[in-house]
Amino acid sequence: MSAAIMEVNAEARRILAVSISKLYASRTQRGGLRLHRSLLLSLVMKSARDIYHSSRESEGPPVGGEQPSTEEAMDACSGCPGEANPGHREPQPEPESVEPAPEDPEGCDGEITEDKENRSPARQSRKRRGKASAAPDFLPSKRARLEPGEERYAAAPLGSCCRAGAVDSLSALSLNRVIPAF
Amino acid sequence: LLRFYLCFCLSTDTLTALASSTLTFSPLVSTASCVSADIISTVEFNSSGELLATGDKGGRVVVFQREQESKSQPQRRGEYNVYSTFQSHEPEFDYLKSLEIEEKINKIKWLPQQNAAYFLLSTNDKTVKLWKISERDKRPEGYNLKDEDGRIRDPSTITSLRVPVLQPMDLMVEATARRIFSNAHTYHINSISVNSDLQTFISTDDLRVNLWNLEITDRSFNIVDIKPANMEELTEVITSAEFHPQQCHTFAYSSSKGSIRLCDMRQAALCDKHCKYFEEPEDPSTRSFFSEIISSISDVKFSHNGRYLMTRDYLTVKVWDLQMENKPLETYQVHDYLRGKLCSLYENDCIFDKFECVWNGSDSVIMTGSYNNFFRMFDRNTKRDVTLEASRENSKPRAILKPRKVCVGGKRRKDEISVDSLDFSKKILHTTWHPHENIIAVAATNNLYIFQDKVN
Repeated sequence: MSAAIMEVNAEARRILAVSISKLYASRTQRGGLRLHRSLLLSLVMKSARDIYHSSRESEGPPVGGEQPSTEEAMDACSGCPGEANPGHREPQPEPESVEPAPEDPEGCDGEITEDKENRSPARQSRKRRGKASAAPDFLPSKRARLEPGEERYAAAPLGSCCRAGAVDSLSALSLNRVIPAF
Repeated sequence: LLRFYLCFCLSTDTLTALASSTLTFSPLVSTASCVSADIISTVEFNSSGELLATGDKGGRVVVFQREQESKSQPQRRGEYNVYSTFQSHEPEFDYLKSLEIEEKINKIKWLPQQNAAYFLLSTNDKTVKLWKISERDKRPEGYNLKDEDGRIRDPSTITSLRVPVLQPMDLMVEATARRIFSNAHTYHINSISVNSDLQTFISTDDLRVNLWNLEITDRSFNIVDIKPANMEELTEVITSAEFHPQQCHTFAYSSSKGSIRLCDMRQAALCDKHCKYFEEPEDPSTRSFFSEIISSISDVKFSHNGRYLMTRDYLTVKVWDLQMENKPLETYQVHDYLRGKLCSLYENDCIFDKFECVWNGSDSVIMTGSYNNFFRMFDRNTKRDVTLEASRENSKPRAILKPRKVCVGGKRRKDEISVDSLDFSKKILHTTWHPHENIIAVAATNNLYIFQDKVN
C-alpha cells in the first residue's frame, strides 16, 4: 500500500472510531438524542467508510490476517449509522443493538447448506430488521452469542462467501475486539 | 444573576480607518459580576432597541432596558440596566420517552410594542411561551375590609366607607406567562419567528415547521414536514426558519445540506413545495470527511429591507439575493484558517457549534462570531472586514477597541495570534445588533458585552 493511501486509511479509521464513541456518548446526553447531530455523525462515518473502501479497492485485495477483520469492522459499521442512524423509532434515531446483517457470513447467497440445528442466532431471529437498523457491534448485544468454536462450525458449511475478507470465520467473531485495533 | 458588561464605543469608521483618533467611548456600567455558571444561549434587541433580552442555559431570561438620555450626564448615554429577570422555562421530564427536556432558552423573539407592556416569545426544545413584561408603579390603598398590612379588619370596627385610591409605589416590573404553546414538536425546536402580521408565528424543529396564532395555544398548523416515510432514508434536517420581514405569506428555512427554501403560504396549506431554492454547488476540490458538517447552515436571517438572505455555515457567511437562486451574492470567510483543522475540531466537538449572524439596521454591515471570543464584522459596501475581541482583559476604559488578527502562517507579528493559540472554549455564538443605532450585544459564554459607538 502506498504511504498516502495508508495515511488516508488510518485517518478514516480514526474518524470512524471517534464517531462511534460520539454516537455512543450522545445516548446519555441531557435532552435526548439530537437528530441533527446524529445525522451529521452518520454522514461523517459514511464518508470515512466510503473513502476507506475506495482507497482499499484501488490497492487490490487485502493481505494478511489483520485487514479482513478491520474490513469487517468497516462493513459492520456500515450497516449502522451510515445508513441507519436516523433509525426506525422516532425521535430516537439510535440503532438497536442487533447483529448487523453484513457481518453475518450466512447472509451470503448461493452456497448455504441448510443446517437448522446449528444456525447462528441472527438467522433464527424472526425480528424484522433491515440492514439499516443494524447496530454497531461495539454496543453490548442483548442476545447470547455463539462462542468462537461453535460459530466456526456453523460457518464451515459455507463454500465461498461473497464478501471478500469474511472468508476467515474468525473475522465474523465479536467485533468488540476489533475496535481497539483502530 | 448579574451580568458583567462593559461598554466601549466603536465608531462606524472603525471598519475603514482602524487607527482613527476619532474613536472615543464611554465606560458604561460595569456591574459587579457574580457570574454564575450559566451560559447565555440567546440575545435579542426588541424592535425599538430600548430593550435587550438574554436567555441562558438555566432557563432564565434577563431583560435590560436602555436608560433615557439625560442632559446632566450626556456621556452616560444610553446605558443598559437590568429591567426584569424571570425564570422562563424549567427542566421537564418526558415520562413516555424517558427523556429530560432541557430548560435552556434556545431563542427569544420580541413582539413589536403595541401598548405599555412588552411581549416576548421564548422557547426551549419543546415549548414556546409568550411573556408579558409590565410595570407597576401604583398600588391601591385604603381598602375597607383589610388594613394596610393586608390583615382582615373586624367588620364591627368599620364605621365608614371609603374609596381606595391609587398611590405611587416603587417601580416593580413583573413578567407573566400569558400563553404556553406546547406539545407540538416531536423533535427539538431550533427557531421561532414572529410574522409581520403580528398575529401568527412559526416554531421550527428538525423536521417540521408549525404555524401558531398568538391567541390560540391548543392548536397549531403544520406547514412544512420533511420527515421521510422511512426514517432510515433521512438525509436532511431543518436548521432554522424565519418569516419575511414584510411579506406575511413568505418564510424561508435552511437545511443541514446547505440549502435554503423560500415558501409561499398562499400556494398550499402544506408548504412542502418551495417556490425558491437557494443552493451553491459544492466545490469538489475542498471535499473532505467533514464537508457535510461544515456546509450545514446554522442560521438564516432576512435583511431588514427584505431583499436579501444571510446564511451562516461553519466557515463562511453568505448573502443571497432573493432573485438569484443558483449562487450567493457575496461570500465572506469568517475563519478559513480552521479549514485545515477540521479533524481536531471534530474531535473536540467544536465543528458542531452553531454560530448566528446578524445584519445592522441599514443592511450594510453583517456580523458573526468566532472562537477566542472574537467576532467579525463585514462591511458589504467597502468590502472591508474587522475582527474584534470581547474580553475584559483587553478592554480598558476609554480604550479603542483594537482590531485583532489571526496569523495564518509564517512569521507571527507582535499583535497577532497564531491559530494554535486560539481558545476554542471561548466562542461567540450569539450576537445582536440594535435596529437603528450602532450598538451591539455579544454573548461570550456567561458574559454579556455591549458595545456602542459614539459619533463625534
